[in-house]
Amino acid sequence: MSTRLDKRFAKLKAEGRSAFVTFITACDPDFDGSFEVLKGLPAAGADVIELGMPFTDPMADGPAIQASSQRALKAGATMHKTLELVTRFRKDDHDTPIVLMGYYNPIYHMGVDKFLAAAKGAGVDGLIVVDLPPEEDDELCEPAMKAGLNFIRLATPTTDDRRLPAVLANTSGFVYYVSINGITGSASPQARDVAAAVARIKRHTSLPVAVGFGIRTPEQAAAIARAADGAVVGSAIVDAIAQELDSAGKLKSTGAAKVLALVSDLARGVHNARATAAE
Amino acid sequence: MDAGSKLNSYRTGPDERGRFGIFGGRFVAETLMPLILDLEKAYDAAKEDPAFHAELQHMNTHYAGRPSPLYFAERLTEHFGGAKIYLKREELNHTGSHKINNCLGQIQLARRMGKTRIIAETGAGQHGVASATVAARYGLPCVVYMGATDVERQKPNVFRMKLLGAEVVPVTSGSGTLKDAMNEALRDWVTNVDDTYYLIGTVAGPHPYPAMVRDFQSVIGTEAKVQMQEMEGRLPDTLVACIGGGSNAMGLFHPFLDDESVEVIGVEAGGHGIETGQHSASILGGSPGVLHGNRTNLLQDADGQILEGHSISAGLDYPGIGPEHSWLADIGRVKYVAATDKEALEAFQLLSKIEGIIPALEPCHALAHVAKIAPTMSKDQIILVCLSGRGDKDVFSVAEHLGVTL
Repeated sequence: MSTRLDKRFAKLKAEGRSAFVTFITACDPDFDGSFEVLKGLPAAGADVIELGMPFTDPMADGPAIQASSQRALKAGATMHKTLELVTRFRKDDHDTPIVLMGYYNPIYHMGVDKFLAAAKGAGVDGLIVVDLPPEEDDELCEPAMKAGLNFIRLATPTTDDRRLPAVLANTSGFVYYVSINGITGSASPQARDVAAAVARIKRHTSLPVAVGFGIRTPEQAAAIARAADGAVVGSAIVDAIAQELDSAGKLKSTGAAKVLALVSDLARGVHNARATAAE
Repeated sequence: MDAGSKLNSYRTGPDERGRFGIFGGRFVAETLMPLILDLEKAYDAAKEDPAFHAELQHMNTHYAGRPSPLYFAERLTEHFGGAKIYLKREELNHTGSHKINNCLGQIQLARRMGKTRIIAETGAGQHGVASATVAARYGLPCVVYMGATDVERQKPNVFRMKLLGAEVVPVTSGSGTLKDAMNEALRDWVTNVDDTYYLIGTVAGPHPYPAMVRDFQSVIGTEAKVQMQEMEGRLPDTLVACIGGGSNAMGLFHPFLDDESVEVIGVEAGGHGIETGQHSASILGGSPGVLHGNRTNLLQDADGQILEGHSISAGLDYPGIGPEHSWLADIGRVKYVAATDKEALEAFQLLSKIEGIIPALEPCHALAHVAKIAPTMSKDQIILVCLSGRGDKDVFSVAEHLGVTL
């Protein structure tokens, strides 16, 4: 079965480009504001979209994404609204893959089968659930695969060669390499270390490898894009959203355009990376 | 397993996946997974090593002051006019609570694993103080994460930790209480994977923490069983302990779980009353969910977002509970009840006046339940209560609740 993610990565590979993967939190700062940003992401250069499912206790996230989750929850975010954002996005965009990213409890609380059916129905392509390691695959990973959704696993610097096969076994769509030991939005990785890590993972899998955590500028994104099949940017975009809020916490009238301008800059970094490298 | 079905033993858990029934498990980010697997291996090896037990026993005896006394509370017994009430005096331990039992065990493990930096979370500050204490004793730097709200309301313990050489980091993320402190400790651990040991303070977190902390705390029940045999020549009829995360309760209960004649009661923090929603009773007022590495009963809303607990006692103010408790509730071996803030406050004053013991607000919840059941029991029956901590840390807040300005 070829999913939207498979197709997108195949197309980019054929074009000799890396994927630009963007992260925003659903309903940040509220439903309408986040939809305005979301619908503009593909035109701004996003190849894959990660949509954060807000959670009160985002244990693997740094201050920027924690704050985005809190803004969203304050604005009344629910799983239903997160999926509604995807449904609306899919009315006009049939090709850009959307991956929901977050923590297990809101999914578990809704009920795994109910969640998977609703996510599939909304047009979700994959899931990244931070607190579900391979040891807990029967919880969500296996049911998700059966439901036709990709389950994208995180590999980290602590995932050694002995453990990598277990981590990769039920991964599909792509592998998300967490480039540093730490939380989102913290220290930036060294491109050289990333290249070595990507090569190590690729010895175990033919899946594309996207790299995230700590990428903030077009230059950093370009450096990562030269080393990997994709570069993920989250905190920098979410920070930009935080900068564009009015006193009532809503996105300013020019806010979405400014956030998307940053996304475009980052996208150019990623998309021109290999061209620059070849010069 | 069906609820209520009879087991050969209630003491064999968890299984190899770290599960107690459906509860427990290892719900952590991949970065931490290799670390908790290492920890499990190190703990399994330590358990088999007589030198580990000898060192722990030595420190329990000469540093913490164990065994803690089992005390017949004669005047309290007379006051209620029913069952004989015995107090397991964990408040007499070094640092003033049962928390030291776990910290002494885990610090040995940290040293065996070659870790050079200790991190911990704390709510009221009791576990933070115990962690800072053992870190000082072994010359290791210690960082304690504490919700900013708790830092403000538990100033004496914050100062104690600093005196002990620990760095106290106020956590402002989320709601600035214990659960956020735990999130922040996990964020530290994920960032400092090579040198850092995370000293979790209760029977929660990913496997092997719930089982490991239980094992270190089981010294409470193991001692009490022997002491009760010496003093009364028999088992108690009823055990009562308070529950936040549930470590003192699990420590008392576990050695008695297979003694079928012993009724076991855990008392959750009822806050303003379960019906008000303002409480920290995860079993009576929560539902199964996944947080901080394990599946257990949680306070959560209709969308699976975690709710803030409320309790007069900062040490019970946690929206979850150890997974083994959730399982024991499910299978019906342990009965879970709640006591309100008001009932705990009454017990605080009663024990102080009648026995000359100022208890921490946490075990006052257990005492408040004793007040309900002791008068209904006969004089030849025995209740054993875990007096998990002393009340010095609470005198300021109790004064405030009683309208007294110090």
